[in-house]
Amino acid sequence: MQLSYEKSREGRGCSVMPACDVPVCKVPEGLARKQEARFPQMAEVDISRHYTQLEKRSHGVNDGFYPLGSCTMKYNPKLNDEMAALPGFTGIHPLQPVHTVQGCLEVISTLESYLDEITGMTGMTFQPAAGAHGEFTGLLLIKAYHTHRGDTKRNTIIIPDTAHGTNPASSTMAGFKVINIPSNSDGCMDLDALRAAVGEDTAGLMLTNPNTVGIFDKNILEITKIIHEAGGLNYYDGANLNSIMGVVRPGDMGFDVIHINLHKTFSTPHGGGGPGAGAVGCKKELEQFLPLYRAVKDGNGYSFSNAENSIGSVKEFYGNFGVIIRALAYVMVLGREGIPEAATNAVLNANYMRAALQDTYSIPFNDICMHEFVMSIEDLKKEKGVTALDIAKALLDYGVHPPTIYFPLIVEEAMMWEPTETESKDTLDDVVSILKEIHAKALSDPASLHDAPHGTPVRRLDEVGAARNPVLKYEFDTDK
Amino acid sequence: MGSYIPSTLEERDEMLRTIGIKSTDDLYGAVPSQMKLSHLNIPEGMAELTVSEKIRAMAARNKVFGSIFRGAGAYNHYIPSIVKEVTGKETFLTAYTPYQAEISQGVLQNIFEYQTMVCELTGMDVANASVYDGASGAAEAITMCIDRKRRKALVSSAANPMFIQTIKTYCFGSGTEIVMIPSKDGVTDLDAAASLIDDTTACIYMQQPNYFGQIEDCTAAAEKAHGAGLKFIMGINPIAAVSLKSARECGADVAVGEGQPLGMPLSFGGPYLGFMAATKDMMRRLPGRIVGETKDVDGKRAYVLTLQAREQHIRREKASSNICSNQALCAMTAAVYLTTMGTKGMDEVASLCYSKAHYAAAQISSIPGFDIVYKGEFFHEFVTKTPCDADKLLAKLEEKDILGGYPVEGGILWCVTEMNSKDQIDALVNALKEVSSCN
Repeated sequence: MQLSYEKSREGRGCSVMPACDVPVCKVPEGLARKQEARFPQMAEVDISRHYTQLEKRSHGVNDGFYPLGSCTMKYNPKLNDEMAALPGFTGIHPLQPVHTVQGCLEVISTLESYLDEITGMTGMTFQPAAGAHGEFTGLLLIKAYHTHRGDTKRNTIIIPDTAHGTNPASSTMAGFKVINIPSNSDGCMDLDALRAAVGEDTAGLMLTNPNTVGIFDKNILEITKIIHEAGGLNYYDGANLNSIMGVVRPGDMGFDVIHINLHKTFSTPHGGGGPGAGAVGCKKELEQFLPLYRAVKDGNGYSFSNAENSIGSVKEFYGNFGVIIRALAYVMVLGREGIPEAATNAVLNANYMRAALQDTYSIPFNDICMHEFVMSIEDLKKEKGVTALDIAKALLDYGVHPPTIYFPLIVEEAMMWEPTETESKDTLDDVVSILKEIHAKALSDPASLHDAPHGTPVRRLDEVGAARNPVLKYEFDTDK
Repeated sequence: MGSYIPSTLEERDEMLRTIGIKSTDDLYGAVPSQMKLSHLNIPEGMAELTVSEKIRAMAARNKVFGSIFRGAGAYNHYIPSIVKEVTGKETFLTAYTPYQAEISQGVLQNIFEYQTMVCELTGMDVANASVYDGASGAAEAITMCIDRKRRKALVSSAANPMFIQTIKTYCFGSGTEIVMIPSKDGVTDLDAAASLIDDTTACIYMQQPNYFGQIEDCTAAAEKAHGAGLKFIMGINPIAAVSLKSARECGADVAVGEGQPLGMPLSFGGPYLGFMAATKDMMRRLPGRIVGETKDVDGKRAYVLTLQAREQHIRREKASSNICSNQALCAMTAAVYLTTMGTKGMDEVASLCYSKAHYAAAQISSIPGFDIVYKGEFFHEFVTKTPCDADKLLAKLEEKDILGGYPVEGGILWCVTEMNSKDQIDALVNALKEVSSCN
C-alpha cells in the first residue's frame, strides 16, 4: 500500500482555513524558515480512504480475541469514549480559573476516592501518562522519602527476575542500582534470597502480585515485612491488578506505593500504544511528596493542592485527563459488586483456558492461576523445531491475536495468556480448539508452521535488516 | 449494577467444573484469608444511562469560554472534522502497541508517516513514535545528551515553567545537575549562558518561541553550545515551526515539543503529544518506539518496530529510557491533522496566528496601561502590562465570556490564534478599555 506522501499531488488539498480578516504580516526575513516543511497534499476523500485502508490492515479488540499477557486487553466500553468527548471537557483550557473547572476537578477527585479504596492507598496523583511513567514517579516518591529523612545511603531497588523490563529501567532513571533476585521453583519470591539481598542500602522492592507467571505469592505479608524491617518501602506494579481488584488490596499486602494502568485494569483503550494513564497511589507518610496539582475536595468545592515536599511534576498539567474520564465512567458502571466480579471472571477465564489446554501443552506452573498463565513450547522446539514464535504466527492465520511471547524470561519459549473477563466461553472454546489444531500440525507438519502466517497483509518480516539499515522516514524523490 | 462480562451464570458453572473446583472462592485459595476484603466501599454500580447523566452533569459544571486568548502551553486551534472521525475508528482506538507486525501494518505505516512529518517539521533526520508530552520530552532530550563526564544541563529560564518543573523532577531522579540560564528582556541571556559552561556541561535547552512568546536567537545559542562541545536541544511550537527557522537550520542536535496544537483539543491538559527528533548521530540515543521500513519474506514492503536494542524490554536497567506505552493515538491525530492541512494549510494557519497576534498586540497596547513588555519579535503570544490587578481584570473579562491572557510576572501573557476572529479581537479590546479602570 502507498504512503500518504506517495499519494500526494501538487495542487491537491483541503480548504480548512478562512482568508485573513486582519492585515497580513510576515515573519521578518532573517527569522523565517528557508526549507519548507513538506506535508502530504491530499483531497479529503483520499485522506478518508487512506486511513480506512490503514484501519483494515490493523487489529483491535473489536476484531477479536486479544490475549496479550500483562496487557489486560479487555473490551473498551463505548460510553467511556463518549464521555471523554463531551464539549464540556474537551473545550476546557488547563489554566482556566479554578471555579470554572469544578467539573474536571470533580472527575479527578471522585476517581481518586474510588481508586484509593480499591488499592488501599490514601493519596494519588494522576499526572503519570503511562505505567512506566507511574513506576518512575512512584520510585521518586521512595527516593524523596529516604532523602527527606536524611537516609541517603539507600540506593538499591530489589526486583525479582520475573519482573517487567520497565521495572529495572525505571529504577535506573530514578537513580537507583538494581538487585535482581531469582525466583524459586514455584515461580514465587525466594524468601532466603530476599533476606540475603536486603540491607542498609535497600531503598525498596518492586513487585507485582500476582506475578508475571500468574501466581499469587502466598508469602506476600512476609515479603513486605522483610523489606519494611530492613528500612525499605514496597512498590506494587499494578500491571496485574485486574485479577484481584475488589478481592484483596495491595495496601493490605504491605505495599506503600502503587501505580495503576487505567488503560489496562480500568478499560480505557490503548490507542495503538497510548495514551494510557499510570495513576500513582501511596500511603499517608508519602503523600507529602506527591506531584503538584492534586485535585482535592474542600468545603467550597474542588481545588488544587500542592504537597508540602512535592517531587515536582513529571508532566505538563494534570495527566491524560481524557483517559481519567473514561476510567471514572467504567468504575461508576461496575461499582462495588462489579469490580470484584470482573476480577473473579478474569481469573475464571484464565483458569478455564489453562485447564482446557493442560493435556495438550506444557504449563510449567500448572496450578490455580490468577488472570494469566504461561505455556512453554520448549518440548515442541526440541522435538519438532517449532517455537513459540511459530505458534504465534500460526494463530494469525486464524484471526487470533497471539499472546505475549518470550516473557517472562524465566520460562523457555514462553507464551503468556491473559484472556480477561470480557471474553465469552464460546470465544475461549474456539481458541482452545484452534490451539489444539495447531499443536497437531506441529507434530505432523512442523514445516508449515515455520512459514506461517500465510493470509495476512504481509508475511514474516526481515527485522534484522530493518535494524541494520534503518529507514525511518519516507525518502522524497527530490532528495535522493 | 453494570457489567461487561458476556458469560452466563450457567457457563460460569460449567467452567468451574472443567477447572475442577466448586466455587469462585477456590480461585483465591492462595490469598491469605485475613487479607481478603469483605466489603468494597464505593457506590453501587449503575446503568449506562445513569452514568451518562451523572458525568454530563460534571461536564456542565465547567465553563467553556466563548473566546479564548490564553495559551501558555495549551493552544486553542481549529480541529478539522476528519481528524476526529479518523482517530475515533474503533480499531485504531483499541489496538495495542504493534508487536505483531503482520496484522498491524496500518498502525505501523501511520507511525512511519508521522515520523516523516516530524522530520519535515523540525528538519531533523530521525523522529521517534512519540513521548508523553513536550515537558517529559524535554527531560528525555537532556538524558540523551548526558554522559559520564558531562552531567550538567543548562536550561533557559525563559522556558515554560511547567517544562522546567518537569525537567527538574526528572533530574532529581537521574542526579543530573540543572543550571538555569537567566533571561534578559524576555529572552535567554546567551552571554550569561556562555559564562555558565564548564567541562561538565552536556547541553543547552531553549524554547522557540519561548514562554513569553518571544523569538529567540537559537542559531547563536547552537553556535555557543557547539563551540564548547555541547549539544543544543531546541523546544519548538509546531505551528510556529512552519514559519520560523527550523531546528535543523538553527543547528539543533535534538528537537522536541508539545504537539497538542496539531489537532488535539484542550481537554484540561491531556492527552497531548510529545514529539521528538534528532540528528542521525543521536539516533541510537532516542527514547521510545521507532518504526522502520523493511521487507517481508515475499519481498513486499512492510513496517516494523525497530532499533529495539535501546529499549527496556531488551536492555532492562541499561535501557536508554523506561518508556513503553507512548501517545500513539495522539501521534496519529497529529499525522491526520498535518495531512488534512497539507503544506499550504499549515502555512495558512501559521500566517493567521502571526498576523492576528500582531493585530491584537497593536490594538491592546494602544490602550493606556497595556504597553508591550518585551520589545523583541514574537510569534503568537506576547506580554502586556496591566493597569490594574490582573486577576480582577480577568474576572471582568470572564463576565463577558472571554478567557483573557494568563497572569505572569510583569503583566499578562496573551495568545491569539486562527480561532480569534477580528470581531473577537475587537470585542476584547473594547472590553479591556471598558474594564481597565477596574475599580
